[in-house]
Amino acid sequence: MINAAQLKRGWRLAFGQLDATLLATIVILLCMGMTVLYSATYDTPARFYDQMRNIAVAMLVMWVAAQVPPQTLMRVALPIYTVGVALLIAVAMFGAVRKGARRWLDLGVTSIQPSEIMKIAMPLTLAWYFHKREALVRTRDYILAGFLLLLPVGLIAKQPDLGTAILVFAAGLYVIFFAGLSWKLILPVFTAALIGLGCVLYFGDQICEPEVQWPGMHDYQKHRICTLLDPSTDPLGKGFHTIQSTIAVGSGGATGKGWLKGTQTHLEFIPERHTDFIFAVYSEEFGLVGNCALLLLYLCLIGRGLVIAANAPTMFARLLAGSISMIFFTYTFVNMGMVSGVLPVVGVPLPLVSYGGTALVTLFLGLGILMSVQNHRKLVQT
Amino acid sequence: MGKLRSIPRHPLYLSRRPVQFRKPHRLLFRNRELPNLPGRGATELKNAEKEISAFRLRVVFATLLIFACFSVLFGRFLYLQVLNYDEYQSAAEDNRISILPIAPNRGLIYDRNGVVLARNYSAYTLEITPSKVSDLEATIDELAKLVDVSPKDRKRFGKLMSESKNFDSLPIRTRLTDEEVARFAANRWRFKGVEIKARLFRQYPLGETAAHVLGYIGRISEKDQDRLEEQSLDSNYKGSEYIGKIGIEQSYEKELHGQTGFEQVEVDAGGRAVRTLSRTPPVSGNNLTLTIDIELQKIAEAALGDRKGAVVAIDPYSGEVLAFASRPAFDPNLFVDGIDSSNWDALNNSPDKPLLNRPLRGAYPPGSTFKPFMALAGLATGKRTPEQAINDPGYFNFGNHRFRDDKAGGHGLVDMYKSIVVSCDTYYYMLANDLGIDNISKYMAPFGFGQLTGIDIDGELTGVLPSVAWKQARFKTPALQKWYAGETISVGIGQGYNAYTPLQMAHAVATLAADGLIKVPHLVRTIEDARDTTKRRLNDPPVPAGKPTRIDIKPEYIAFVKNAMAGVVKEGTGARVFAGATYTSGGKTGTAQVFTVRQNEKYNEKHIAQNLRDHAWYTAFAPVDHPKIAVAVLVENGGFGASSAAPIARLLLDYVVAGKRPDKLGAVPEVGGVASGGADVEAESD
Repeated sequence: MINAAQLKRGWRLAFGQLDATLLATIVILLCMGMTVLYSATYDTPARFYDQMRNIAVAMLVMWVAAQVPPQTLMRVALPIYTVGVALLIAVAMFGAVRKGARRWLDLGVTSIQPSEIMKIAMPLTLAWYFHKREALVRTRDYILAGFLLLLPVGLIAKQPDLGTAILVFAAGLYVIFFAGLSWKLILPVFTAALIGLGCVLYFGDQICEPEVQWPGMHDYQKHRICTLLDPSTDPLGKGFHTIQSTIAVGSGGATGKGWLKGTQTHLEFIPERHTDFIFAVYSEEFGLVGNCALLLLYLCLIGRGLVIAANAPTMFARLLAGSISMIFFTYTFVNMGMVSGVLPVVGVPLPLVSYGGTALVTLFLGLGILMSVQNHRKLVQT
Repeated sequence: MGKLRSIPRHPLYLSRRPVQFRKPHRLLFRNRELPNLPGRGATELKNAEKEISAFRLRVVFATLLIFACFSVLFGRFLYLQVLNYDEYQSAAEDNRISILPIAPNRGLIYDRNGVVLARNYSAYTLEITPSKVSDLEATIDELAKLVDVSPKDRKRFGKLMSESKNFDSLPIRTRLTDEEVARFAANRWRFKGVEIKARLFRQYPLGETAAHVLGYIGRISEKDQDRLEEQSLDSNYKGSEYIGKIGIEQSYEKELHGQTGFEQVEVDAGGRAVRTLSRTPPVSGNNLTLTIDIELQKIAEAALGDRKGAVVAIDPYSGEVLAFASRPAFDPNLFVDGIDSSNWDALNNSPDKPLLNRPLRGAYPPGSTFKPFMALAGLATGKRTPEQAINDPGYFNFGNHRFRDDKAGGHGLVDMYKSIVVSCDTYYYMLANDLGIDNISKYMAPFGFGQLTGIDIDGELTGVLPSVAWKQARFKTPALQKWYAGETISVGIGQGYNAYTPLQMAHAVATLAADGLIKVPHLVRTIEDARDTTKRRLNDPPVPAGKPTRIDIKPEYIAFVKNAMAGVVKEGTGARVFAGATYTSGGKTGTAQVFTVRQNEKYNEKHIAQNLRDHAWYTAFAPVDHPKIAVAVLVENGGFGASSAAPIARLLLDYVVAGKRPDKLGAVPEVGGVASGGADVEAESD
């Protein structure tokens, strides 16, 4: 017979690498996610079971990632990045076009979406770079880092995949920010962005005239932003998403309509309700109380990530953990903002809640890396 | 950054890599005090602490950003869910207010004289939404007790289901009778996910006539949907179920479709509309008037009869396509509701390929119809003058290969006029050899050989105008890529690698007929605004930028070749068919080899399988002065051009130039058969 001590040791051997706080938060989020997903996929239950399988796979990925020490990650950072960029170029040249975007690379057996790799490869590489240049960092390093960042982001935006481009861009930007980019540069850009945003909001009517071409943007991207400014201009098209999801959120009220009782959801007014717009379903059924709970859980997740980052022993680990934590924040903010109608519709899922295997695996890989950083902090400190 | 600046920035001082003194003098000069620096360990520790505290400061800022953004979200939730709860609550309550798209009426299609070729009619359909039905088979079985559901309907439904998304509403039966509508309505409560809908259907009243021009519409497939999304047109197709698939219906989809309207309706809890709140009416699609004269089209199609072939007639001075026939054809009405699999298999697997648009997508060697253009190239390059004559022994020797003329013993003394009139092969073997392949392709390209004509339906084939560069690109290995001079010789009589569509041939003849004026052939004449039928746009596509609008060859050369083609009709290979014509015309017979006759063997029609028999060509224009029509006729495996293709061309010219209709529509019999007697032998050989 196995005694309690052996059991405990076995447990620690298997799961000791997993950070308890993070794990608890993740499990609660996953449970909530599956609850909403059940409601969102009420008519197509197969998806619910698919997602269970996805979670199992993603958990395994996290467990594996948690075992890998940051030093190993550091070694593979540049190769992964190089392969990622090469694949992105391959996609641009002979990728498969689906739904009007060239995102996939057909490998015969399966097809892959190299932009997904960049979500992790980007912070990995930049963290590695700044670690290498530790305390030597000068302006030209930021310029080089900016180039390393913009090359893949440009390729992804060109596909076009605005959602992923934003996420990858943000991931890299966080690393650069944490690495100590001068405030003198951050503040003016930040202010300019705010002013630009204000202008877009103020002059929305004029610049959305059909004749006006926006430099460097696809028509559909302009369309999305314009639809956000005034959803009623396109009630059958993209505006429909925003109108209906806003109604869903608003009609949830303080306490929600109750699980499986969302009329917006079950009368099929919410498009993409199991993927990018799942938050509309959640919000409608669980109301403001539910939303606050969810926000707190994400805060907990991100906060824990930042604590891990702050305690990390090496520059690389700090930057990587910090960036990954902030990625979770970006996902959450962009998705909730889009569903509640404050941000334009871009394809960004709600982390750990939206249906979809690829995004889930990427996110759990990130979580696994956070755990690894937390675990290996003492081993490095000498 | 600020903190980092205070650290003495020196690569050696902080580098963790072993210092390499590759250039000692320079380093020593710059780092004189290096050896006296304090121990590195202490500084590094201090640095690390500084770095950590700098990093932690940034984390604090990041946290502030998170709180700020989450506060925005929280504020938004508060605004939506508490402050404006009532408004959204009622919005959801009357969601219920649903926005229903209203599909526009598709534009009509007329021939140039106003005969309706495509129209719409309204009918009831019985539709099933598969995702709302638990047992599809059982439901259909139950429905079959109320309305007539044939096995064909079931098959078609199966095909539709495999092509569309699960939550689409798909027709199991179309064109319900009033009685069937009433019967189902009484039993409606028993069928969840089954509905009766009034729909507009497309109809092509003339059936097979001009089917390849009109094309057809069909249900929007997932592929179509993706394309629409790509072009951001998907919202305009919210209420639409059909989209043009091929032909005019596809290429003028933007004109024909119209603008989808929408209405806001109040629906009850079951989703049924109760009250209309507001309505933006749809805008019907524009009507198209084709350049096709449907009478001429019918004559051409009937004349081809059961034979495989193509007829293209063009107005040389406008580029308007008067007839565009492809036989065998299909009934486009079969495709509208989704074709059932047995009809589809029959059409798709038929060896005669009725779905193939032969004038547009069939490439054939032009045979002797190529010769007038060769003669022009000869004149333009100065390699030949009209008077220069050759002595034709009946063959042309090149290396150890003998290129034979059709007429054993040859045509004797042949000048350029005679070479076209009697269709002398030897003359053109020599001419091709003198010109060389790249000269040939240089002078042929402006006539549109091997180029897209730019006609306004999709899928046009480029054909092959052979050249050294073409062969280089076409083949992979150097041995195959090399152009051999011997290959040029058969190109001269329209054989070899030459391959053109009947449309290209008609376009080339039209260009020649119009004295070198190049017009883009087109099928749509005017586009009529659906709201205001007085508003019409003339469709006259310009020649694409960078392409010539006129052939750059002396007018007298063109006039000479046209005259020689008139000679073909007066005294040459076309004379017998055009005997008794009340107008002048120019023409050229052609016979394109499908099957290569071995050296020293004679082509014998009777011994060769039907599908390997030669293709028959006839190209023509009329009248000779200021032609009204240019035409190319191709009869697959028709044998001699003079006997099977020319009579068809005659019918078309009779109609357009002399206004004479055939007594009875029908296939034209072959003229002549094997001729006897000197003059006739000449007439038959081409």
